[in-house]
Amino acid sequence: MLTSASRTGKLLAKMSAAVNNPLVEFRDVSFSHAAATRPVISHLSFKVHEGETLVLLGESGCGKTTTLKLINRLFLPSAGEVRVEGMATTDWDPIRLRRRTGYVIQEGGLFPHFTVARNIGLVPSLEGWDQERTKQRVDELLSLVGLEPLEFAGRYPGELSGGQRQRVGVARALAAEPPLLLLDEPFGALDPLTRASLQSEFIELTRRLEKTAVFVTHDVREALLLGSHIGLMHKGELLQLETPEEFRRSKNELALAYLETLKLSEDGAEVSA
Amino acid sequence: MSFWHFLLQNWSELLEHLREHLSLVFISTLIAVAIGIPTGVLLTRRKSLRSSVLGIANVMQTIPSLALFGFLIPIPFIGGIGARTAIVALVLYSLLPIIRNTVTGILGVDPNVREAAVAMGMTGSQVLWQVELPLAMSVIITGVRVALVIAIGVATIAAAVGAGGLGVFIFRGIRQFDNNLLLAGAVPAALLALLSDFLLGLVERRFATDVRKTKRSRSRRRALAVAAIVVVVAAFAFFGWRQVEKSLGKSPASDVTGARVVVGSKDFTESAILAEIVSQLLEARGVAVERRFELGGNLPHDALVGGQIDVYPEYTGTSYTAILKHSPITDPRAVYQQVKQEYADKFKVVVSEPLGFENTFAILVRGAEARRLNLKTISDAAPYAPKWRAGFGQDFMSRADGYPGFSKAYGLKFADQPREMDLSLTYLALSSKQVDLIAGNSTEGRIAALDLFQLQDDRHYFPPYEAVYLTRQDSLARVPTLAESLGKLAGAISTEEMRQLNYEVDANKRGQAEVVREWIKKKF
Repeated sequence: MLTSASRTGKLLAKMSAAVNNPLVEFRDVSFSHAAATRPVISHLSFKVHEGETLVLLGESGCGKTTTLKLINRLFLPSAGEVRVEGMATTDWDPIRLRRRTGYVIQEGGLFPHFTVARNIGLVPSLEGWDQERTKQRVDELLSLVGLEPLEFAGRYPGELSGGQRQRVGVARALAAEPPLLLLDEPFGALDPLTRASLQSEFIELTRRLEKTAVFVTHDVREALLLGSHIGLMHKGELLQLETPEEFRRSKNELALAYLETLKLSEDGAEVSA
Repeated sequence: MSFWHFLLQNWSELLEHLREHLSLVFISTLIAVAIGIPTGVLLTRRKSLRSSVLGIANVMQTIPSLALFGFLIPIPFIGGIGARTAIVALVLYSLLPIIRNTVTGILGVDPNVREAAVAMGMTGSQVLWQVELPLAMSVIITGVRVALVIAIGVATIAAAVGAGGLGVFIFRGIRQFDNNLLLAGAVPAALLALLSDFLLGLVERRFATDVRKTKRSRSRRRALAVAAIVVVVAAFAFFGWRQVEKSLGKSPASDVTGARVVVGSKDFTESAILAEIVSQLLEARGVAVERRFELGGNLPHDALVGGQIDVYPEYTGTSYTAILKHSPITDPRAVYQQVKQEYADKFKVVVSEPLGFENTFAILVRGAEARRLNLKTISDAAPYAPKWRAGFGQDFMSRADGYPGFSKAYGLKFADQPREMDLSLTYLALSSKQVDLIAGNSTEGRIAALDLFQLQDDRHYFPPYEAVYLTRQDSLARVPTLAESLGKLAGAISTEEMRQLNYEVDANKRGQAEVVREWIKKKF
C-alpha cells in the first residue's frame, strides 16, 4: 500500500524526470539534402518536455517542416543528434518510432481508398490490435473529434468536407495513444470559421489528453493560441524559443514584424466592427 | 452461303479455335502480369534501371509479330512451333503496357499520401501492398486492358506458327479467298477484344478512387465488377482447363498401337490437302495423327529438322534452291537425285517417290488480256511489261529461282517495282486489275475459276517442282505404317487431280477433310 508521502515522492520524481529527460531533444542538429549546398537547418538545439506544445513558427522554406520530419525519422540529421524519449533517432527502429508518434499533415493525408474507420484504425491494426478493440477505439476517437461514429465510420475521405477530413486526420494520429504528436500546418487549408473551431478543440484535446505536441505553422495567431512555447525559425535557424507571453514582449525584429501583422488585422477588425 | 449458315455449319470448329485463342491469350496475359507488375514496381524503386528496361520493352513491341515469331522459332526450349512460341511472343508484346502503367500508376500516387503511410509506421512492403498498389490499381488495370486487347489481336497471327486460334480461319480465308472464313476468324476476335475491354473497364472503375463515390453506386459498381471478374475467370478457366485436359489426355488410337505421327504442311491449300491425305491414310491404319498444318515460310522445314513434325509435303525445286541453296537447273531427275542424297546426308530426312504432279511457278495474266493481245508465252508478254504492274508473293520475290533471275531471263521491266503481297491475294489482285501479271502455282484451283491464263515458260527458266513427302528417318523407323502409306501415294496424283482437289476446296469452299476422304475412297 502506498502512503501519501511516497505517492508525493513518486510524483515529484516523475516531474523531475520529465524536466530532466525531455521527450524530444535536438542537440546541435544540422540537415542538408545530398545535392544542396545550403543546409536546410543548421545548429538547432532545443528541448520539448512532456505536456508541452511547441509551435514552430516561420515562413515557408525556413526549415520548420524538416525539423518535424527529423523527429519521426523521415529524415536523419546530417550532423548532431535528435533524441526522442532519451534515445537518438538513429538508434530507434524507424517503424517503432513512427508508430509511437502521431503525425498530422495538411488535408489529413488520408488514404482515399480506406474508409474513415480503416484510416483511423490503421496504426492499431498494424500494431496487431484485435478487431473489436480497434473498432471501439475508432468509435471513441470519432466521438472525441466530434464526428458521429455511425454516420462517418463507413465513409470514404472523398465524401467528407475539408474540416471533417482534418478531424479524421487528428483522430488517426491519436489512435494508438502515442505520447507525441507531430502536426504540420494541419489547419492551413481550412476556411477561417472551421479553423477557429478546430483550433479551440485542439487546445481542449491536448490539455485533456496531456499530449506533447510539436506543431508547425506560419500563422502567428495560431502560434500564440496553441503553443505553450513558440520557436521562431528563419533560414534554418531557431531565433528564439519562448512562451507566448514572452513572445508578445519580444524585441526580435522578425517577432515584431509578426506581431505587427497581428495588430493590423486586429485594427482592421476594430474598424469594421 | 450466308455468314450465319456458315457459322452454323462450322460451329464446333469455331468453338475449338475460340478455345485455343482464349487459352493463348489468357496464359500469356497471366504470365505478362506476373512478370510485368513486379518489374514495374522494381522500376519505381530503381530509377537508374527505368529508362533502359522501358526502352527494351518498347523495342519488343515495335518488332513486327511475324518477324518476332521468326526469331523465336530457332531458339531452343522457348522456340519451335506451337502454342509455346506463340505464348512467348504474346508475353513480350503484353509486357510494355503493363510495366509502363505500373510505373506510371505508382509514381502517380499522391506524395502526401505516401508520406503519411511511411509516417504512420508502415513498413516498405505495407506501403506497397496497402497504399501504392491499391491506389495505382486502376492505372495498372488499364495497362492490362491494353495488353489483353493487343494479345487478342496478335494471337490471330499465332496460327502461322501452328498454335491454332481464330487466326486459322483468317489465314485460310485469305488463302481460299473466302469472306465467310475471314469473318469467322475476324468477327469473334474483334468481339472478344471488345468484350474483354469492357469487362476489364468495369474492374478498373471499381478501383478508381479519385471520383467521389456514393454508397449506392459503390456497391452496385462492386457487384458489377465482381460479376465481370467471375465471368472472365470462369470463361478462361473453363476453356483453359479443357485445353490442358486435352493436351494431357492421350488419344485412344495411340494407346492401341503406341504410334503417333505429327503431320505438318505449308500455308497453302495444296500443301494442306497433301498433308491431309497422308494423315487420313495413317488414321485408317490406327495411327494417331497430330495435324500441324499451315506453317508459314521455312517453318515446316525447321520443324521437321527440329523433330517437331514427322512428315510434310514439299516440292523438289523448293528444296533444291530455297533449302539447299543451289542455282536452279532444269532436269527433274537430276534435281530429285541431288535433293534425296543431300537431305539424307544433311538432315537425316527421307525424300519419298514423286507423287506424280509438278507445282511450278505459273506466270499468269488475265484470260481476256491474253486473248486480246494473243499471248501464249512469257516472251510474247515481255514487250507489254513496261506498261504493266506485277504482284508477287513474298516467297517469289526473295528466293533464288524467283523474281531477280526470272526478270533477267526474259528481260522484263515493269512500270513499277513489283508489289509484294500474300501469294493467295495475288490471284484476286490480278482478276480485279490491281496488277497485270503474277506468279502463281500451276496447280492452283482458281486459275480456271477466275479466268486466268498461264503463259508458257518458253525459256525453261523455272526448275522442276515435283511434289514429294519429306519424312524424318527416325519417324519411319518408329512407325512402320508411315512408309507403307507414303509408298501408296507414289505417282498417285496427276496434275489434273491436284487442280481438281484444290478447286473443290478453294472455289467450292468445301472442307479439305471431306474432299480428301472422297478422293481416297475413289482412289484406293
